[in-house]
Amino acid sequence: MNGLPRLVLALTLITVGAGLLLSLVESLTREPIAEQRRLETLRALQTVLPPFDNSPDADTVDLVVGQDKKGRDRRRTFFRGRKDGAFSGVAFPVVAPDGYSGNITMMVGVDPAGKVVGLEILSHAETPGLGDKINRDEFKGQFRGKTLAGVDWRVKKDGGDFDQITGATISPRAVVKAVHQGLQFFHDHLPEVLAAKGGDQ
Amino acid sequence: MSLLSEFRKGLWRENAVFRLLLGLCPTLAVTTSAENGLGMGLATTFVLVGSNVVVSLLRKVIPPKVRIPAFIVIIASFVTVVQLCMEAYFYDLYKALGIFIPLIVVNCLILGRAEAFASKNRLLPAMADGLGMGTGFTLALFVLGAVRELFGSGTLLGYAVFGSGYQPLILMILPPGAFIAMGLLLACMNLLDARRR
Repeated sequence: MNGLPRLVLALTLITVGAGLLLSLVESLTREPIAEQRRLETLRALQTVLPPFDNSPDADTVDLVVGQDKKGRDRRRTFFRGRKDGAFSGVAFPVVAPDGYSGNITMMVGVDPAGKVVGLEILSHAETPGLGDKINRDEFKGQFRGKTLAGVDWRVKKDGGDFDQITGATISPRAVVKAVHQGLQFFHDHLPEVLAAKGGDQ
Repeated sequence: MSLLSEFRKGLWRENAVFRLLLGLCPTLAVTTSAENGLGMGLATTFVLVGSNVVVSLLRKVIPPKVRIPAFIVIIASFVTVVQLCMEAYFYDLYKALGIFIPLIVVNCLILGRAEAFASKNRLLPAMADGLGMGTGFTLALFVLGAVRELFGSGTLLGYAVFGSGYQPLILMILPPGAFIAMGLLLACMNLLDARRR
């Protein structure tokens, strides 16, 4: 067998072999990967939520927060922490699309009254040494205890209440804006977030 | 003896990064810390040994006309295996290396060894070549990462080296720092080589 059929056969066999290998590895790693992702979410929830005794990653509410460019719904998951059955706090992810480089994704935790309990940066691509200081506790800590009302949700440079970072104003500005919008949404949809049926009630 | 020399040539004489200047994209991009450099190097080594072994085993089966697509399929498979395993068992490293793991596929070092060596040699030499080239690549990335981390963050493998008074030279962990550190290391290697002669 020579010529074209042989070329086709050889390539086909190699790709089939590769496909078999990959499906095997995928089936072996599927569960550990899902577990890693779950643990990552859980770690973030533990740092931003008040003490809880349920599993907030199973007690969630999905709400539509808007439409993307193609008109599809953008959804946001609200993780609800409970202590002795009562809500102790709610955590939800927010995305700041206007950082210095790429999206900044965060997890915000609030108590049922809407006061911020904690902020955790999940992923970002800000400049090392400058914008990435948004991940420092001095910066994240200033959100603790803040509420929607009575706080000027801007960085100090713009006349607001939040310290920016020397040499990097864009990243803190984006974070403050995203958290503010997230809180606003939470405030406007509080009944739905707390009342809707969750996963493990 | 010849197996050993196939292995050793990748460490210094034909070092992928410092001598052949192959695979510079991941080299410059991920070496912001020693740990990232080490992780990227080890992942690349695994892919390199795997693809060298399979290419060498299949060297008589693969028709020369379609060898490049065949090599790429083999390499891409190993890269996907690495990516899945890393995400499952080394999640922090996986997040740190990010987009550069899938990009191992287009690391010309790997295709280069498949084409120039593995497709013309038997199994054991091909394996030794992959292991040596990979080790040399890992060493280079580790050294580059260590230098950049040391001056850019004042730490080494995450441990503070200089006192708290050290003002990090941020430039070194930014992209230009990669080129500067790389250039200086190349100069040092050339100097060492010139002294030897």
